[in-house]
Amino acid sequence: MVTFEEISPADFFYRNRDIAGFTNPVRAIFSALRELVENALDATDLSGVPSEVYIRLSHDNDTELGDDVYRLRIGDNGCGIPARHIPSAFGQVLFGSKYKLKQARGTFGLGGTMAILYGQITTHKPVNIVSSTGTSRIYKYALMIDIQRNRPLILDRTIQINKEQWHGTFIEFSLEGDYSRAMPKILEYLKQTALVTPYANITFVDPKGRLYKFTRVTTKTPPPPKETLPHPYGVDVETMQRLQRITDCQTMPDFMQKHFHRVGETISLSFLDFAGFIRTSDPKNLKGEDISRLVKAIKKNKKKGKNGFSHNLSVKEMQHFIRNTQSGNLVDFMKTHFKGVEKSVILRLLHAAGFIRTKAPRKLRSDEIVKLVRMMKKFDGFLPPDASCLSPLGEDLLKVGILKELKPEYIVVSQRKPSTYSGHPFIVETAIAYGGDIPAKDDILIYRFANRIPLLYDEASDICVKVIRSMNWRRYKVSPSMPIVILVHICSTKVPYKTVGKEFIADRPEVKKEVLNGLREVARQLQHFLTKKEYVARERRRLDVFSKYLPKIAKFSTNLAGKEKEPNIKVLLRSARKFED
Amino acid sequence: MKTKISVSEKKKEVLENLRNFGARLYGQMEEGAFPWIKMPSRSIQNIFYSPEVRQYILGDKAVRRSSRNIRHIRPFTQLVWAAYFAYELAKNRKTSTLRDVYYSAQAFDVAFKDQPESNSIITDLETVVGFAREDFNVFPEERSAIFGDLTIEYTVRGYEGRQYNLMSHPDGVMIGPAITSAEFVKTSTDMVIAIEKGGLFTRFIEEEVHKKFNALLVLLGGQAPRASRHFIYRLNKELELPVHIFTDGDPWGMHIAMVIISGSANAAHLRDLTTPDARWSGVWATDIVDYRLPSDELTPVDIKRLYELQKDPRYKGDLWQKEIKKFLKIRKKAEQEAFSRYGLTYIVDKYLPEKLKEVA
Repeated sequence: MVTFEEISPADFFYRNRDIAGFTNPVRAIFSALRELVENALDATDLSGVPSEVYIRLSHDNDTELGDDVYRLRIGDNGCGIPARHIPSAFGQVLFGSKYKLKQARGTFGLGGTMAILYGQITTHKPVNIVSSTGTSRIYKYALMIDIQRNRPLILDRTIQINKEQWHGTFIEFSLEGDYSRAMPKILEYLKQTALVTPYANITFVDPKGRLYKFTRVTTKTPPPPKETLPHPYGVDVETMQRLQRITDCQTMPDFMQKHFHRVGETISLSFLDFAGFIRTSDPKNLKGEDISRLVKAIKKNKKKGKNGFSHNLSVKEMQHFIRNTQSGNLVDFMKTHFKGVEKSVILRLLHAAGFIRTKAPRKLRSDEIVKLVRMMKKFDGFLPPDASCLSPLGEDLLKVGILKELKPEYIVVSQRKPSTYSGHPFIVETAIAYGGDIPAKDDILIYRFANRIPLLYDEASDICVKVIRSMNWRRYKVSPSMPIVILVHICSTKVPYKTVGKEFIADRPEVKKEVLNGLREVARQLQHFLTKKEYVARERRRLDVFSKYLPKIAKFSTNLAGKEKEPNIKVLLRSARKFED
Repeated sequence: MKTKISVSEKKKEVLENLRNFGARLYGQMEEGAFPWIKMPSRSIQNIFYSPEVRQYILGDKAVRRSSRNIRHIRPFTQLVWAAYFAYELAKNRKTSTLRDVYYSAQAFDVAFKDQPESNSIITDLETVVGFAREDFNVFPEERSAIFGDLTIEYTVRGYEGRQYNLMSHPDGVMIGPAITSAEFVKTSTDMVIAIEKGGLFTRFIEEEVHKKFNALLVLLGGQAPRASRHFIYRLNKELELPVHIFTDGDPWGMHIAMVIISGSANAAHLRDLTTPDARWSGVWATDIVDYRLPSDELTPVDIKRLYELQKDPRYKGDLWQKEIKKFLKIRKKAEQEAFSRYGLTYIVDKYLPEKLKEVA
C-alpha cells in the first residue's frame, strides 16, 4: 500500500536540511552563526543606528549532552521585532519580513528559523528570544517549533519595562556542532563581514573565551534601500494572478501604473495596445456628443503643427472623416487621418478623452493573464528598473572596509551603473587590493559578496570566480604569486543564487558582463599602479647598481693610476638618481 | 741575433699601458664625468683580412663603453678590475690562467656569470691595452713543447739570468710562462719544424731529426696555443729561422698551419702572433696520392669545411687552392702516422728530406 501524506514547510526543511546549509556539525554551526548574524545586520540596517552585533559561542553547561553541544547567543541593536510577530518569526519556517522587493541579506525567511530548528532537533531545547522595538516594553519568549505543523510553541513569555528605550533582539539557543573545525571559516566569515560592513561593531567570544573584536571605522552607512514594485520583465503568471486578485484598480492602465515598477501612463497605454488589451469604438458608431468631445480633445492637445494635429478642425470636418473612413476602431482611424502624430500621443489623447476601454483587471480570464505576462516579456518599451531599491556599499565605504580588514598597500574600487537581469535590478561593485598585509599565496585570493554577505563555499562554481579565471591577468601585469585580493560584490533585489544555502551565484549573462566590466576597470587601474611600482623598483635597482660599481671603478682606477686619493664620485651617484625617495 | 725583441722592455710597456688606462679613467672621474672608454669594435662586421699585414685586422669602427649606461657598468667595472688584476700580476711577476681570473673576480665582488664572460672581458682588456693576455701574465691551460739546440735566459722571478739549453730534456720543454718570457741567447739551428701531434714529436726526437736537419722541434698539440704562436713568431723574427709546419693531411690540419701563418679572426686585435713566412710542409693531398698513403674517406663535415676554406681570404695562395681542390677531388685524408706503413723511420729518412727540398 502506498500512503500519501502532507508535510509542513518546517517538516520539509527538517528532512532536507542539507539544502539550507546544515549538512554536518561543522557546516551547521557555521550556517547557524552566519544566518543569525545576517539577520542581526539586516535589523540594524533598518534601525538606522550604527550596528552593534554581539556573538557568543560557548559550551553548553548541560553535561548530559556531551562536548559537541554549544550555546549560541547573538544580539543586536536593530529595530527589534513587534511582539506579536516574535513567535512566528522564530518558530515558523518561511515567515519573515523580507519578501519585499528591496535589497536585504536574507530573502527566504528561512535561515534564522532553520538555525533554531537545527538546534531543536539536535538538543531538544527551547530558544530564548528577547526583543524590543524601542517601545516601553521588552518581550522575552521561550519557544519551540512544532515541526509537523510549522507552528511556534510558546513555552514562556514575560514582559519587562523598557526604561532606556532599548531596541534590538537577543537570541540564545543550543545546538550541536564542531567549532574547532568550523573555526577558520567562522573567523574568515566574520572578517569578510566586517570588511563589507565597516560601520558595524562585531564582537565574537568563542568557546575558549577568546575575544574577536571587529571595530567600526566609520559611522557612515550606505543609503537604505527603498521598497520597490515588481518590474514587468520580472513578473510571472503567479505574481500577476495575485496582483490581479487583490487590486482595486478598475482599468488596465491604472492597474499597470499602480502595481509595476516605472510604468507611467504612456508606457502603460503603449504596452496594452501592443499586447492587444485596448478596445476602442468603431468611429462610425460615435454619437454626436462623442464627436464633439473628440474634436475638443484634439484642439486642446498641445501637439500641433507639422507632426501634430491640424489647428482648426471643426466638428463638421470630423464627421466627414468618419463617414469616409475604412478604419474599424478609433486608434486606426486617428492614425490614418493624422499622419505624423505618434501613436503614443493618440493613445494618450483617446485615454484622456475617455475613448479607451479595457477590461477590469479583476475580471481577466486566466488565458488573458498568461497572455499579459507573455506580452510583457516581449514588449521592449519598458524602462529599466531604477536602483533605489538597491543598497550597494559605495566606493568610499568599500575602500574603508578593505583598508580596515586587509591593510593593503594599494586599493582600487569601482561601482558599476545599475543593470538588470530578468527585470531584477543589480549593481556590481569590484575592488582589488594589493600588497601590505595581504599574504602572497599560490593563487590570487577572491572575496565574493552578495548583498553584503560573504560567500565562502563552492567558490569554483561561482560566476565571479569563472569570470576571474577567464581573464588574461598577465595583460594587467598580475601573476598568481602576487599578494592580491580581488573582491566582487553583487547586490540585487534578487541575487541569482543557485541554492538556498546562498553559496554561489549562478551564470547569468547580464551579471557576467557587469562583473567582467567591473573587474576590467579595477584591473586596469591596478596595472597602472603595478607599472609605476615596477618603474620605481627598476630605478631603485638601477641606482643600486651604480652605487655598487662606481666606487669599485674609482678604487681600481686609483690603484692603477698609482694615486693616493680616490676621485669624488658623489656627484656622479647623485646624477644617476632619477627621483628622490 | 738580428732583431732582438727585448722581453723586459715589453713588460715595461705593458705596465705603462695598464697604468695609463687607470689614469685616464681617474681623470674622467675627477672631471665629474662617468668614466668611459673607446676601443675598436671586434664585431664580425669590423674584422677584415689585410693582405699587407697578412693577417686579420680590426677596421675603423669603434665602440664606446660608458659606465653611465646601466647595462655597461658591470662589464665596465670588471674590465677595470681585470686591468688592476693584470697590473698586479705583471708588477709582481706572477702568472695566472683564465680560470684564475674567473675565480679571482669573486673576491672583489665583481663576479663573472661564467667562464666565457670572464674570457671576453680579458679579450676586451687585450684590445684596450694593445697586448696579448700572455703579456700581462694570463696564460691558457693548453701547453705545447719545444726541443732543440736553443739556449735561453730566464727572466722569471728566482731564475733571472740563469741560462738553459732546450735540448737538455729528451721529452722536450714545455712552452710555459718561463720559456715565453725568456730572452734568446744562442742557437746553432737552421730551421724550425712544428709538428701537430705528440707521437710524431717524440719519434722525431728519437730519430734525431734535430741533428739530421739541424732543426728546432716544436710540438703544437693540435691548434697551437697563442703563447706557442708568439714563440714561433719570435723564433722566426729574432733568430730568422725558417718555419715548417707538419700536420695531418685534412682540412683541420691545414688550418692549424694557417692559424700559425696568418692568425685567426678572434685575434684580429693583436699583433706578433703570426708568422706569415712559415710554410705548410705536409701532409698535402698530393702526398696522399704520390706516396700512396693509407687514407680515410673525407666526411661530409670535412668537405663542408674545405668549401669554407676555399673562400677564406687567407687561403688565396696557389698552394692552398691547389691542395683544397686535390682534397675535394680524391675525397681522401691521411694522418701523419700513415707513413708508418712504410716502416717507422720512413717519414724521417725519405719523406722529410724530399719535402723540405720541395718546399725550399
